[in-house]
Amino acid sequence: MKLIFEKGNKGRGCELLPPCDVPITEVNPNFKRNIELHLPEVSETELSRHYTELMKRTFGVNDGFYPLGSCTMKYNPKINDEMAKLPGFSEIHPLQPEDTIQGCLEVMALAEEYLCEITGMDRMSFQPAAGAHGEFTGLHLIRAYHKSRGDKKRDKILVPDSAHGTNPASATMAGFKVINVPSTKEGLVDLEALKKLVGEDTAGFMLTNPNTLGLFEENILEITDTIHQAGGLNYYDGANLNAIMGIARPGDMGFDVVHLNLHKTFSTPHGGGGPGSGPVGCKDLLAKFLPSPQVMKNSDGSFRLEYNNEQSIGRVKAFYGNFLILVRALTYILTLGREGLKNASESAVLNANYMMHQLKETFSIPFPKACMHEFVISLEKLKKEKGVSALDIAKVMLDYGIHPPTMYFPLIIQEALMVEPTETEAKETLDEVIAIYKQIYEEAVNNPESLHNYPLKTFIGRPDEVMAARNPILRYRAE
Amino acid sequence: MGTYVPNTLQEQEGMLHSIGLNGREELFNSIPKEVRLDRSLKLPSGRSEMEVRNIMTNLAEKNRVFKTIFRGAGAYRHYIPSIVKQITSKEEFITAYTPYQAEISQGILQSIFEFQTMICELTGMDVSNASVYDGATAAAEAIIMCIERKRRKVVVSETVNPEVIFTIKTYCSGLDIEILTVAAKEGKTDLSKLEAILDQEIASVLIQQPNYFGQLEDGEAINTLVKSCGAKYIISCNPISLGILKTPAEYGADIAVGEGQPLGIPLSFGGPYLGFMAAKEAMMRKLPGRIVGETKDSQGRRAFVLTLQAREQHIRREKASSNICSNQALCAMTAAVYLDAMGKRGLEQAAILSMSKAHYLADRLCEIEGFELVYKGEYFNEFVTSCPGSVDKILQVLEERGILGGYPLTGELDGKLLWCATELNSKEEIDNMIDILKEVVGR
Repeated sequence: MKLIFEKGNKGRGCELLPPCDVPITEVNPNFKRNIELHLPEVSETELSRHYTELMKRTFGVNDGFYPLGSCTMKYNPKINDEMAKLPGFSEIHPLQPEDTIQGCLEVMALAEEYLCEITGMDRMSFQPAAGAHGEFTGLHLIRAYHKSRGDKKRDKILVPDSAHGTNPASATMAGFKVINVPSTKEGLVDLEALKKLVGEDTAGFMLTNPNTLGLFEENILEITDTIHQAGGLNYYDGANLNAIMGIARPGDMGFDVVHLNLHKTFSTPHGGGGPGSGPVGCKDLLAKFLPSPQVMKNSDGSFRLEYNNEQSIGRVKAFYGNFLILVRALTYILTLGREGLKNASESAVLNANYMMHQLKETFSIPFPKACMHEFVISLEKLKKEKGVSALDIAKVMLDYGIHPPTMYFPLIIQEALMVEPTETEAKETLDEVIAIYKQIYEEAVNNPESLHNYPLKTFIGRPDEVMAARNPILRYRAE
Repeated sequence: MGTYVPNTLQEQEGMLHSIGLNGREELFNSIPKEVRLDRSLKLPSGRSEMEVRNIMTNLAEKNRVFKTIFRGAGAYRHYIPSIVKQITSKEEFITAYTPYQAEISQGILQSIFEFQTMICELTGMDVSNASVYDGATAAAEAIIMCIERKRRKVVVSETVNPEVIFTIKTYCSGLDIEILTVAAKEGKTDLSKLEAILDQEIASVLIQQPNYFGQLEDGEAINTLVKSCGAKYIISCNPISLGILKTPAEYGADIAVGEGQPLGIPLSFGGPYLGFMAAKEAMMRKLPGRIVGETKDSQGRRAFVLTLQAREQHIRREKASSNICSNQALCAMTAAVYLDAMGKRGLEQAAILSMSKAHYLADRLCEIEGFELVYKGEYFNEFVTSCPGSVDKILQVLEERGILGGYPLTGELDGKLLWCATELNSKEEIDNMIDILKEVVGR
């Protein structure tokens, strides 16, 4: 398909702005742009059709089944988007006087109250813009806590080998050294190994629970206690909170700080990669270190932004976070309420178990006992015996009009496919997908060679990623 | 209660039975009793869509939407073409995930590739990433990009937006990076003070152009100083201004960053916004975040993919160049559609209008006794004035008339106002405010 730069013609464009009604100010030649600016010159018709073409080459939750493990690609309710577009939210300058932003502050206060209740935390900041940004912020809270106690030796963060890549990357960015904790053959944190790894240099432990294999850490209280006994703090990666809303809370499991992904659990859309929102909640012992400003309630019931927090870790971003994403999440929480959130989690876990149960005769599932909201398939045997990889299987799925599961993650499972159907899929969709998965498997066993060439029905076939990396073309240049 | 679960309770009973379970509780047998919540969440009950709409609308109405805004300071209200809102409301774009499956994600990938190209065009740089969270984190990431083993000090001008400086401080606080600041002189970076602190341990120097006070920095003189000590030069810029003002590349910058919000993104009470980062080719493999590249598919057709992923967290884990995963993709698309619609001519026009209105506003304000330009240098669309009498009182009167006046500065500049104008401010609006101010000051 042509780029927008290859469409249109010189002189074309849209008339969008009026003539100048005040004297024109000339730019001092010392500050004037001298290099040519190449932007597209297209009519509105061409522009509109260009993006309709791009739209057809995009696959969203609206297009079909999207079981990306650990990504919680649930349906994105339309009312949420409409509320975020209300001028009373979208047209508010972040530096308006406090008496003119009471609605925004109330949104933040309400969301804080509800999300603290859901997670068992005491305070929350909405400044972090995404999950990884939340991890970074939460780790800085841990750093500030130890520092405030004069405890300077604690420079290590423990991370399970099944963790998301962002966990160790965030720990490095926050200035910690990363220690990997092995998993047991049951797919859980190896408690004995953990006990040997903790010590006076342990700053904290990061854990996703249920973990990335879709398993609940049954020894969670012993795990968090081990860290506390060693003087460290426990960090909860909220990527998988969708399994346990209203059923169990990180705050009751011994976690001191959590981040949430509003763009996973709380139904806000992913936007092709963002914007998300990664609020960080914590127990009272860390509250004074939260990013500044914090929303506080005045005695007369109004709200203020409190900047006077001497021990705060400071800012992690300009202003107050991805506010319009928070508006969407609050709309969702108000819609579902206490029963609805619990029902969402129960239904997510049921859908995952139903799929896993129907697939476990056909596929190798390393932990087939019972899963939470997601489960992992391993195609190691198929790869070894038939030469068909997880990638091959995923690419066939594209031709069936369904999005493949997360591939090659978690890293501790060979040829992994990680399936998270979410609660917003109907039983008949699951049944259709189960049938497709089985059909593809059969094809892989009987006719393995044919599987290396899919997809055939998409706009492009498999792209040459090696060429892209060896000879990077990262922008268009006019001839 | 509202719900987005399609299956009825009856259907779910059937599903439970088919997998050999007697009830929903059994799904959670692996969660130990001690951590099970033995009560309902203390949240309101679910509500119908109509009820929720009322609650949210009432909350929105507790905010004040200003018809006229003369305030910027990091967030700018510009005209947003209708087509920008239309295109970025398409459900496919809104509900798609990060484009890991390239074959069904060419739309998102191509839009990012086009965005990267436009950011390179605006800034004059060679390569751009797919976006980071906002202008403040873009500046912080740029500073981290430039750190070398023997260069662990960075210089930040005090004329950079304070929210950006605070963010940089947090980002550097865990990384053993020393931040040196250079004071301002007459609203611009003090060149002699800058020269005095530069040495071989400085990794990079960050300035903002136009700076926080709206003043245009002497970007070339700063470049000469920065390069003489071998440091990298980072310029944070306002993308609208680049329609007419000199690019970071022309000043000799190694990295250009900025807040992309002015490019078609509403004020949104501060977010979601758009951080952009572009660099010289030599720094390509140090850029954080996603980058889209062009390649070919198995049949030789043009294709786009996420590339250079060996920098990223999902491959490199603790050795990654940054932890960023989710970015601001939909905001990047918004900026791209905005620039498509405006084109070169439109962007130039927006820049000229903004600059001209700001100068007209400044001239008219200075007609009133007590309002004076605090800095005498060249400026784009923001400037600082003194204020006759109480800042609070004047802003209060404007607020009552539906006008958001200049931003009240604090600290050494207490009692001064930072004003901003864009193409949205008509002559009539400006004249009207001047009349109001004359009335207040005259009283």
